[in-house]
Amino acid sequence: MLSKEEMQEIEVEASRYETRQAAAIDAMRIVQDRRGWVSDEAVLDLAGFLDMSPAELDSVASFYNQIFRRRVGRHVIQVCDSVSCWLMGYEPLRDLLIRMLGAGMGETTADGRFTLLPVVCLGACDRAPVMLIDEDLHTNIDQGQLETILDKYK
Amino acid sequence: METPLTANIKPGRRPPDIKAYRKAGGYRALREAVLKMRPEEVTQTVKDANLKGRGGAGFDAGLKWSFVPMGEEASGPKYVAINADEMEPGTFKDRLLMEGDPHQLIEGAALAAYAIQADVAYIFLRREYHLSARLLRRAIAEAYDSGCLGQGILGSEYSLDMHLHISAGRYMSGEETGMLNAIEGRRANPRAKPPYPQVSGLWGNPTVVNNVETVCNLPHIVNNGADWFRNLSLTAEGGTKIYGASGRVRRPGTWELPMGTPLRELVEEHAGGMQQGYRLRGIIPGGASTEFLTPAHLDVKMDFVSVEAAGSRLGTGTIIVLDDHSCPVGMTLNLEQFFLRESCGWCTPCWGGLQYAVELLTGIEAGAGRMEDLDTLDSLAAMLAPGHTFCALAPGAAEPLGSALRYFREDFERHIRQQRCPWSS
Repeated sequence: MLSKEEMQEIEVEASRYETRQAAAIDAMRIVQDRRGWVSDEAVLDLAGFLDMSPAELDSVASFYNQIFRRRVGRHVIQVCDSVSCWLMGYEPLRDLLIRMLGAGMGETTADGRFTLLPVVCLGACDRAPVMLIDEDLHTNIDQGQLETILDKYK
Repeated sequence: METPLTANIKPGRRPPDIKAYRKAGGYRALREAVLKMRPEEVTQTVKDANLKGRGGAGFDAGLKWSFVPMGEEASGPKYVAINADEMEPGTFKDRLLMEGDPHQLIEGAALAAYAIQADVAYIFLRREYHLSARLLRRAIAEAYDSGCLGQGILGSEYSLDMHLHISAGRYMSGEETGMLNAIEGRRANPRAKPPYPQVSGLWGNPTVVNNVETVCNLPHIVNNGADWFRNLSLTAEGGTKIYGASGRVRRPGTWELPMGTPLRELVEEHAGGMQQGYRLRGIIPGGASTEFLTPAHLDVKMDFVSVEAAGSRLGTGTIIVLDDHSCPVGMTLNLEQFFLRESCGWCTPCWGGLQYAVELLTGIEAGAGRMEDLDTLDSLAAMLAPGHTFCALAPGAAEPLGSALRYFREDFERHIRQQRCPWSS
């Protein structure tokens, strides 16, 4: 069930467009910000709230990589794998991360602490290699700093 | 040298709030426009300034607006969508403008909206730009509170609502018609053109999509005039440009310079040349979807017409530098993997062609390539080129692929002859 706060926030977004459906992406973000992901149940609830069919809403959800249709860890690490970071050596960094976490790309650590995902260019190419952890952008990452960076996220 | 776009941007300092922005002359242009200029005059001034769209395609900004139906009979509501979905690999210029001076973007967006008499403006921001979102949200609220947005802005008859739309990822969301679908809450597949968005865009209404950097120029054009703007440039295309460089250069970064600044000056002077021990092999001049240039092209002037004459495109103007320690095949593979993953699957030549290209490139890079694969890749590059798909994603993918096969043919052949990547240890 959608909470009262979620519904209020979605109504504010819906008032900014000509149709209720236009708030679909905002609505899923609002739910995800609170719950971490968008479950099957949330898709059903949101579809009803937005006057869409669940299949229609899920086709939107599954298109966008920043909408998580599976449970993620407490923190989401998004490693830039685009060209400038490739030139500046993101691959060894990614491989070290995978070894340290014991989880591959698209996976969540056994303790539920981190989910590891690839992401397109984060627009900080002059400070490559870069990654995003939750809402924090980490730049000029050196392999030796990884442990200190991860320590901040419990 | 004048640097209007970055005049208020101080590295490491918080961006100006509305008070500081107004003190520096901010919202003067908007006041002038809504109180003293007809919308058509704003459009004509921008046409005279020869402002080319900074999103990558370089289409004349004033001309784009002029396709919007105007006057009493024009259907409404009308919309402006600001493309802040900066996701072109190797591009990091709009982030600078949004994090450094958010009110400049809001004023510019409002001017674009006034020119076409839009009722609503959306700023379409990618989800990963969290700092930009916080700053823009606050700046929009400040602009409403001080009468720069909302009902009867700055004491005029003109009303405009502005909303920040936080996107949910996917490169296709930054494609003009894909963005319209994304705002409408749909998958960001492209739409057929015509009708063009200026006539039938959001919910079938007239809509203009402009890039962040494009509209950031508008307050300065209105304040100082078209002649002043054209004179900022070294060539016929008006204004300054936010250029940038990434890769193994000494000082990667962004610089506001006259439009038409030579590529050599960017690489050797502003970026400080190559890092110790690295040699320049190639340059992608304006984001992943532009063709490679080589050291032989260093004297090209970085504007839309000149880079096109050199066989590539200015694109976003942020260059990606390939050094001699990095494998050109590996770099091409990385670029094509990006396009494959981001293809929305709408057009067969795009998803099918890219899948095939990535398979062949992966094989060559892994040492399992055959010489005839290069002919197949040539024909794939031709199939991805303009004319076979709805949007520019596939043509964008064809540009680095085709040019890499042309300029780095010998490197591809070495991979195949040696059955290994010569750069792998």
